[in-house]
Amino acid sequence: MTTVNTKMNRRSFLKASALAGGGMMLSFAWLAGCKPTEEEMMGLPKEWFELNSYIKIGENGAVTLYSPNPEFGSNVKTSMPMILAEELDTDWKHVFVEQADFYPERFDRQFTGGSQGIRQGWTPLRTAGATARAMLVSAAAQSWNVPASEITTNAGQIEHKASGNKAHYGEMASLAATLEVPEEVTLKEIKNFNIIGTSKKNVDGQKIITGKPLFAIDHKVEGMKYAALVMPPAFGMQLKSFDKSSVMGMSGIIDAFPISLFKEDYARNFFDTTTFPEVVAIVGNSTWEVMQAKKNLTAEWEKAPETTFPMAGRGGGTSTAVVPAGLENTNRHKARMAEYIQKPGNVVRRDGDPEGMFNKAAKVLERTYTAPFLAHNTMEPMNCFANVKGDKAIIYGPTQAPEFISGTIAQALGIPKENIQINLARMGGGFGRRAYSHHMTEAALISQKIQAPVKMVYTREDDMSAGVYRPTYSATYRAALDENNNLLAFHVKAGGIPETPLHANRFPAGAIDHYLAEAWDIPSNITIGAFRAPRSNFIAGAEQSFLDELAEEMGKDPIEFRLELLKRAETNPVGERNDYEPKRYAGVLELVRDKSNWTSQQSNVSRGVSAYFCHNSYVAEVVDTVIKDNQPVVESVYAAVDCGIVVNPDAARNMGEGAIVDGIGNAFFGELTFENGAPTKRNFDKYRMIRHKEAPKKIEVHFVENNEDPTGLGEPLFPPVFAALANSLYKATGKRYYEQPFAPQLEMENLKM
Amino acid sequence: MAQFNLNINGKSQQVDVDPNTPLLWVLRDHLDLVGTKFGCGIAQCGACTIHLDGNAVRSCQLPISAAEGAQVTTIEGLSENGDHPVQKAWLEHDVPQCGYCQAGQIMSAAALLAQNPSPSDTDIDNAMNGNICRCGTYLRIKAAIKTASQNL
Ligand code: FES
Ligand code: FES
Repeated sequence: MTTVNTKMNRRSFLKASALAGGGMMLSFAWLAGCKPTEEEMMGLPKEWFELNSYIKIGENGAVTLYSPNPEFGSNVKTSMPMILAEELDTDWKHVFVEQADFYPERFDRQFTGGSQGIRQGWTPLRTAGATARAMLVSAAAQSWNVPASEITTNAGQIEHKASGNKAHYGEMASLAATLEVPEEVTLKEIKNFNIIGTSKKNVDGQKIITGKPLFAIDHKVEGMKYAALVMPPAFGMQLKSFDKSSVMGMSGIIDAFPISLFKEDYARNFFDTTTFPEVVAIVGNSTWEVMQAKKNLTAEWEKAPETTFPMAGRGGGTSTAVVPAGLENTNRHKARMAEYIQKPGNVVRRDGDPEGMFNKAAKVLERTYTAPFLAHNTMEPMNCFANVKGDKAIIYGPTQAPEFISGTIAQALGIPKENIQINLARMGGGFGRRAYSHHMTEAALISQKIQAPVKMVYTREDDMSAGVYRPTYSATYRAALDENNNLLAFHVKAGGIPETPLHANRFPAGAIDHYLAEAWDIPSNITIGAFRAPRSNFIAGAEQSFLDELAEEMGKDPIEFRLELLKRAETNPVGERNDYEPKRYAGVLELVRDKSNWTSQQSNVSRGVSAYFCHNSYVAEVVDTVIKDNQPVVESVYAAVDCGIVVNPDAARNMGEGAIVDGIGNAFFGELTFENGAPTKRNFDKYRMIRHKEAPKKIEVHFVENNEDPTGLGEPLFPPVFAALANSLYKATGKRYYEQPFAPQLEMENLKM
Repeated sequence: MAQFNLNINGKSQQVDVDPNTPLLWVLRDHLDLVGTKFGCGIAQCGACTIHLDGNAVRSCQLPISAAEGAQVTTIEGLSENGDHPVQKAWLEHDVPQCGYCQAGQIMSAAALLAQNPSPSDTDIDNAMNGNICRCGTYLRIKAAIKTASQNL
């Protein structure tokens, strides 16, 4: 039995009525939208009673649960309310889910990213559910004049067995809503869960399959105008001047003007990354007309000088950020990365005497891995609706991080933060891209200028060429072996433009006596940011490819070799900063070995294995490929995942399958290159995305069953695929793949891609 | 600007737009049928797929002038209550993640099954290859198409 103090998330218990002019928007979208089945639909209550920020109960027993975090496809809008419903002990059939608006007075951490939604929401949501349940029980105890401790609940029903009293939640809701919030509540025992751990369908499923407006790009209000942006043609360029008359005569065009996102003295935050802080906006009567005008706009661009701006530090204080001048090229990037590989880096971790061991080694295995910049390419291009009138603003858009953009919008508009209401739209994908919400500021500035509601939409070309990309990386691994092929020392030196991907304290750190980790980076004016499993999405592939080659060199089975290292890290760890649990790590390798029948491999398939730890979760994957009609085909992928308790298993598998498909796609094809500062790919005709034909024929996602609190899931299945695929392709073709994307090299092997 | 008479989801509609306006934007901006999505604008992603006389067509590349006189079906008109076998199968397999590509996927799948009620894996791959799903729900899409094909 776990008792939790409700004080820790007190603000979730603020009631709307207590807030002067609270901006909570109740949309009741389920009424206007699809028709719920009779079973789902218990009718609209006449009155709702709010028990806390997350939970309202109608007099008829209907329950509305607010999902706090923005939804970009990772299922939080279904899974987070499941956690509330579990502790509330209600029937899922009586639940309506609403997306909460951005409302920091009422909700903690309305942020989607870093795979932390469920992990960090776990205790607050359980507490909120249990608190509401406790208040309903107290209300019943008062009404029936019996001790609360003798009252039981089940699926939305309250019962006092001894007196024979029974009621449903709705009957107690009005009284419960007036009671004090208890100081302490008891959480359910895990073995008594009956919602968590059962698969529930996506709460927006019906709306998605019938094409209901769900996304910001679908939003429309009376009198709304449409806007598009014209941006500098390359990184390192800026606006010099533009000729408004070049578009003003065009059909449906109302205005064109420049907008600037940052006031000079504004100290930007970590998520204020913006490709072009000054752009030209075109406003008109329809999307198509503003897109046509974009093509016609005459503007002069000039090379931007080196620029600096103040950056707000996380713990207060400001520093100065520097954006270098220049028009960058991929060839030059590659040449500079090759130079850095030869130079010493910054030592981030050293155990034992790695240099000494390398000097004594009988054999040194050294390999370098690289990967290019990647564009996020969310299917819904960047867009936002804004309605700014006087000193009030309503913003409705796709964002993973509303909290980080609210201050930015306030400084850009020059109106107080409290006057800006941000409503959270379902996002057509995020993958990290929408943690950077400059599109919201852009739309807000346009609306402020025209004093009318506006919807601003990027073209695909804008979205791809003005990105906040995954950086380009390189990692060099070295292993020192003695004459008997024993591993003496291990060295990793990793860097990138403009950041290093190194995680110095992750496996195999802690498993090898003599270990050295070095980092380097090269500045750039190309904007980069979070991309599904930042840094891990590269370093996992490099490390796990190297371990595969090393195991082969040492004459060991690749799973056995990893398990030996993990045993060492478990029984006699080297160093104290290792940030993984060797036992859980080994657990997923053992599970995938079992589920993939690793030990009885079929002769016609080529298999590769890989394992990685990130976002507090452990994943091992086996990829099977075959060469069919001269083409590499991914036949099967087996994944074993330890992310603690799985809230919504089928949706979790869906997410895992998607991450695997994403990884295979990026490993084969993902690449963005630059010429004179401009991305050479601007749409899907050139930027190759994985499609139906290239998807694996089968994916199995298996979860380790345990009672650990839940950890990340949206990202951890992504990083290991790259190496599992590369190791499998090695078996299929006899060649190792060091450079992403793999497709051009496979083509050099005369394979069709 | 010019007047166009359209038949959309069995209803006749008039719009006054530039003849080059793609059907996609007429649907979305002028007729408030926003289920059909914008993804690329160059017929490369399939998000904007609709049926033109029963064939799956990318509406971002279809000038409004070419849609006159044809029966246009959008995701909103695929079925009365969201109960087309393809839609039902989508729910059964809980296909969507972000959901943005799914209207286009469903329209491509429905057109495929109308022409080929029992498609092979290769038939499915060929018919669906123009529809990108950035979230990677391809396996569920294939499974759902097979389920729908059993329930036509
Ligand atoms: S928007 Fe038409 S195919 Fe992409
Ligand atoms: S479900 Fe997100 S793009 Fe397909």
